[in-house]
Amino acid sequence: MGLKSTLHNLKEKYKGTKMAPAFNALHTFLYLPNETTHNGTHIKVADDLKRTMNTVIMAMIPCLIFGMFNAGYQHFAALGTPVDFLSWDAFYIGLIKVLPLVIVSYGVGLGIEFLFAIIKGHEVEEGYLVTGMLVPLIVPIDTPLWMLAVAVVFGVVIGKEIFGGTGMNILNPALTIRAFLFFAYPTWMSGDKVWVHGAVARDKAIAAGENLDAISGETILGALAQGKETVYSVADMFYGFIPGSVGETSTLLILLGGLFLIFTKIGSWRIMLSSVLGAIVMGLIFNGLVNAEVISQGSKFYGLMSTPYWEHLLIGGFAFGTVFMATDPVTASQTNKGKWIYGFLIGFISIMIRVFNPAYPEGVMLAILLMNVFAPTIDHYVVQGNVKQRMKRLKVKNA
Amino acid sequence: MGLLSKKDTKLITDPLADNNPITIQVLGICSALAITAELKASIVMSISVIFVLGVGNVVISLIRNIIPSKIRIIVQLVVVAALVIIVDQVLKAFAYELSKTLSVFVGLIITNCIIMGRFEAFALGNGPWRSFLDGIGNALGYGVILIIVGFFRELLGSGTLLGYPVLGNPIPGELSGLYALGYENNGFMLLSPMALIVVGIIIWVQRSKNKALIED
Repeated sequence: MGLKSTLHNLKEKYKGTKMAPAFNALHTFLYLPNETTHNGTHIKVADDLKRTMNTVIMAMIPCLIFGMFNAGYQHFAALGTPVDFLSWDAFYIGLIKVLPLVIVSYGVGLGIEFLFAIIKGHEVEEGYLVTGMLVPLIVPIDTPLWMLAVAVVFGVVIGKEIFGGTGMNILNPALTIRAFLFFAYPTWMSGDKVWVHGAVARDKAIAAGENLDAISGETILGALAQGKETVYSVADMFYGFIPGSVGETSTLLILLGGLFLIFTKIGSWRIMLSSVLGAIVMGLIFNGLVNAEVISQGSKFYGLMSTPYWEHLLIGGFAFGTVFMATDPVTASQTNKGKWIYGFLIGFISIMIRVFNPAYPEGVMLAILLMNVFAPTIDHYVVQGNVKQRMKRLKVKNA
Repeated sequence: MGLLSKKDTKLITDPLADNNPITIQVLGICSALAITAELKASIVMSISVIFVLGVGNVVISLIRNIIPSKIRIIVQLVVVAALVIIVDQVLKAFAYELSKTLSVFVGLIITNCIIMGRFEAFALGNGPWRSFLDGIGNALGYGVILIIVGFFRELLGSGTLLGYPVLGNPIPGELSGLYALGYENNGFMLLSPMALIVVGIIIWVQRSKNKALIED
């Protein structure tokens, strides 16, 4: 008896009981159900929501693997004993640090999804499959697991379930989780100590009186915000050999993931393109202000404002947010014209916050959350505009 | 209950749960967000509102037949303002530190919608005794929510209750209690948005226990 029929029998056995949604979810996650509809004509496509979600996860896997290598690479580089990027030593550190993040994220998140499905008696929704993979990729490597668990509970319950579950949420759950972590535990989410594995522990040991050298792994944005020169080359930024959250450093792999999403027609190219355009426009405005000498060298915004506009696209979480989170079909604008506006404003506001926010030199998280809130409003006006235009046409015809 | 008739008891108990001014009528939210980061401030605020609303309702009820209805809002404001100034002065005299924490929010009791709401909706049409009970009941209902929110925000945000460290010592180097295990305070709890979310959770729990409270 194969796994499919075992699952099918289990499902039949629990049919009608409170546990049914849990078994249904497992069954449909692994196989297409055998059931067929009994009346009417139905159009069937090969990719249902679970397949869609899995495609997004596939697009993120390269970032995850790269993040594991990079975690170890940055760790040893900061210690002063650099190892090859593609070495077992580097990968091992990454593996034992990142894997728990993934397990906690999925374990807690799916646990809540199952719990809510059983209590409310509906089917388990697939929404968490992607969120669960996004979360470990957008947090610093040393984030304590209990904090992650608390944040996931908050993000899934407050960010999603109370609005009615997957498809009804206003805010992107993964970003809700990250925003919660950022506001609740800022010392673990920003600064120059959290981005490289071991830096926090080293810092604590020094505070306790041990004779060690502090290691620091500042992000490029952090350095620029303080007006320092960055030590990383443009190639490093593009390939991703820089400190940062686990999976967001490699612009190259994110770009590949983005192309894959566009090719499979799962991510919206309109949002990605317009977001990049928005960032470029804002970057050009800042560069222009610097060139026109409106901003003097002494200004505290000088470092980030004088950064070339194209470099803004490579550093920080901008690329990752644009490709994997701004395009979330639930929280983004639904109309094509709306997607252009929505994406453009995300890029524009990201760079603005990045430059002007003194406490936290990254804006993409806040920009996407803000635009998530406005997405329905944008859609409303796009639709109304369309209606008005057609009404006008109708009147001209009748006249 | 010999002291209160059944109808009068309802005046006090209703606002505590099924007709709570904060969770059901959604009034007085501003102060619930602003001053609940500490339990002590919540308690003092509750007591102040109990005093102002209890006495204010009686005063308005006593003069309800001689207030010209055109200027009744002004008269109500004068009554609240007088009472709030008393509270403010007492706090400044006997609890100066606390009055600094509460800052403008004591003065802003004047604009607390619950107070004007009860004057308008109840004291103008009922006798002094019943108005008094209604005022106390509503202020208690307000206070209960404030204290629940304050309890969770102070416990999770600062790790203390009424300033007493219940979760251990968070100072690096001399960690104890939960902090020695790696626990950290949740800074988000000290920000106002979290108060809104805590109030929201109370509303959620209350309405899922009593389905009759769910609006369409």
